[in-house]
Amino acid sequence: MHRAAPLAVLVLALAFPLAVHEPYYLSFASRILVYALAASSLNLVLGYGGMISFGHAAFVGTGAYVSSMFIAEGITSAWIGWPAAVAASAAVALAIGAVSLRTRGAYFIMITLGFAQMMFFLVNSMKAYGGDEGLSLPARATGLGIDLGSDVVFYYTALALLAAGVYALHRLAHSRFGRVIGAIRENEARAEAIGFPVYRYKLACFVIAGAAGGLAGVLLASHGKYVNPNVLHWTQSGTLMVMVILGGVGRLWGGIVGAAALLGLEDLIANHRVEWLASMLPNYQQHSGLGVGIVLLAIVLFAPQGIAGAFARRRRA
Amino acid sequence: MSWVLILEQLLNGLQFGLMLFLLAAGLTLVFGIMDMINLAHGSLYMLGAFLAAALVQATGSFVLGVLLAVPATAVIGMLLEVSVLRTLYARDHLSQVLATFALILIFNEAVRIVWGSDLPLSMPAALSGPVELLPGMFYPAYRLLIIGVGAAVAALLYLLVARTRVGMLVRAGASNREMALAMGVDVRRLFTLLFGVGAALCAVAGALLGPLLAVQVGMGENILILAFVVIVIGGIGSIRGALVGAVLVGLVDTIGRAFLPLLFGLFFQPRVASAAGPAIASVLAYLLMVAVLYFRPRGLFPARG
Amino acid sequence: MLELRSISKRFGGVVATDDVTLDVKRGEVHALIGPNGAGKTTLIAQVAGDLGSDRGAILFEGADLTRATQHQRVRAGLARSYQITSIFRRFTVLDNLALAVQARSGSSFSLWRPVAAETALAEEARAIAAEIGLSGREAAIAATLAHGEQRALEVGLALATRPRLVLLDEPTAGMGPEESQGMIALIERVSARVAVLLVEHDMDAVFRLADRVSVLVSGRVIATGAPEAIRAHAEVRKAYLGESAAA
Repeated sequence: MHRAAPLAVLVLALAFPLAVHEPYYLSFASRILVYALAASSLNLVLGYGGMISFGHAAFVGTGAYVSSMFIAEGITSAWIGWPAAVAASAAVALAIGAVSLRTRGAYFIMITLGFAQMMFFLVNSMKAYGGDEGLSLPARATGLGIDLGSDVVFYYTALALLAAGVYALHRLAHSRFGRVIGAIRENEARAEAIGFPVYRYKLACFVIAGAAGGLAGVLLASHGKYVNPNVLHWTQSGTLMVMVILGGVGRLWGGIVGAAALLGLEDLIANHRVEWLASMLPNYQQHSGLGVGIVLLAIVLFAPQGIAGAFARRRRA
Repeated sequence: MSWVLILEQLLNGLQFGLMLFLLAAGLTLVFGIMDMINLAHGSLYMLGAFLAAALVQATGSFVLGVLLAVPATAVIGMLLEVSVLRTLYARDHLSQVLATFALILIFNEAVRIVWGSDLPLSMPAALSGPVELLPGMFYPAYRLLIIGVGAAVAALLYLLVARTRVGMLVRAGASNREMALAMGVDVRRLFTLLFGVGAALCAVAGALLGPLLAVQVGMGENILILAFVVIVIGGIGSIRGALVGAVLVGLVDTIGRAFLPLLFGLFFQPRVASAAGPAIASVLAYLLMVAVLYFRPRGLFPARG
Repeated sequence: MLELRSISKRFGGVVATDDVTLDVKRGEVHALIGPNGAGKTTLIAQVAGDLGSDRGAILFEGADLTRATQHQRVRAGLARSYQITSIFRRFTVLDNLALAVQARSGSSFSLWRPVAAETALAEEARAIAAEIGLSGREAAIAATLAHGEQRALEVGLALATRPRLVLLDEPTAGMGPEESQGMIALIERVSARVAVLLVEHDMDAVFRLADRVSVLVSGRVIATGAPEAIRAHAEVRKAYLGESAAA
């Protein structure tokens, strides 16, 4: 992407709440920011690390639940709840990663999926925190010197955290660590053969991604003031993967573009009626999944590098 | 805790396991031979259930409805394979995941458009009563039918894979795909056929389980994940592994759900037991998978040497 | 320097390595030859740590490395190159080598500082590139290199870890006569400071480079000695050298 593009997007993002006052759109934009962070965290482990983890929802969900549990118990300070939630996500990622990374290929995919499902069922049975009905929060967290209860403030908070996260990803990718992870993704056997303890690097990458996912989860729960076990379901992991693949695996903007594209597409289909489609199928808007599915399939079959990849290629051509 | 109860749960577990096997058999071969992750396998199961429900309504006969739904699903499966899935064999796992995930979305919505979110499917009246297996022990006739059909299909599959030429080609493909190709096996046609068989098996499972589990959109996702757990435990590419894994998972899951809360109740306080019991019971299958993978990272009977 | 004692390995019913006892002295080039399927690569894999042995011990400079992981062996000074080229195809030549240098210099758990700023890594990588004859190709993506250049990079990666003993598995594999000469010259230069266990089919390379030769047939060492002695050895001629006309 052209050098100025990131800056332009950032400026647009900063200006957005000033130009658009419709609460629905502000909330929708915040949701994109949060999912962009979640997808970017998955991009680290999936795109940069080459590990096809199908259980990333477990970390997002852990962050969402732990931060919510603090508020439910009356501890409303974000200074306490948020770091605790991120730490919890990192711990879960460490536990799951330590076991899962001893397997490879399809088995790795399945075991990460299995662990995420375990977390889903565990959380589903926590009656004290809503069980399968989920947990509603009275208010968002406090502290940080700002009023998170305001949707505008929340938007800027999410934007700041997303920007920080993506910048950190950028630095990571160009660091020594990033180079090793890239080498492992390229040729794991040789990386080990030149003296890198591969398992340790993969695990570290996995944990960092898990912690970042946890932060996204914190924001997710905070945004809607609601959390429910579905945030840990494997189909959520699938959705995150779809975002990353859509946006461009291993590309810095993959998570952001993918989240915006998928959520945008869903919203477009559900809320903006296209007459000629309606003439074929009157209530097509209730079946947005069909459109999304078709678009996704088309992208896999015809644009394998994802959207960000397609842009990058065109620039080089 | 009576012996009758235990026997009943064992049979339930066997019944569930055999149905899981039907799903897992097709899945493990696709995964094992073509190295393809097919998340849409559960959608074929759902399709089979919906077709069965619709056809039963149309024909008025359970047997006829199911017997027609199976080949119909097989045909749809083969069409899907030839059109979309075939292009995915050469792609990486990630692309396969995305594409088949997209298929799940498409199938779910398509079914919803055609039939709505759910369809009623009731077991045939003749089988809705209990059968006296042992003096004083009654077991639903319908579930016995499922066990019977499941066992018969398993036996048929075994004969097919172990004793026929086609089966040998399949096993060769599972253990060494490149070699099979080099030896001139027309893998493409074999594969479409295999996919059709897998789809048919899904339809049988979907139609038979429909009366018990409810025919509704999204039913595929829940069971799909268990099917994956089964083939990972059994060893990807192995039918024998799929059978052993399926029965294991079926038994562990069923018996766990039935008795773990009781067991917990013996040792822990009621409040803890009533929360922890069902929670742990629902993850037993996954714990089993983790345990198996720890000792045998490639499953119990990995197809590749 | 390197001692292999009774190394054995079987895969199911097949005995790949049969009670192999072998040693490599400091500063020596020890060639390992044998017919196809003799188990040479399997043996190299066991010494490098890619594969575990069923029985036997691997001692390197006195230390028992039998149970050491691959990366631990590299840290101890034992590096390996592969028969089938295994490089980082999407990286440049320089980055390939810099990576190997990075592996043994400091911690790579550095998450923030850009690695491109570390000139020391790049300098050392350039030096190695010069040694392996790829000076003009530093910026080329590894996948675009010619076969011979890739084989050179293959060896370069092993050398970049500054080993004290290097295991070279058929470095001249697939090379034409001119390229092979270049590789032989490289190994000659390298052997001045690094001990070498060299697996080769190219007899020219073997007889020019080797101080000692061991012959592996069906997983067993049937003879060890000076190149001339091996050339004349009856059993070796029968089992192996008899297959190639000019020896």
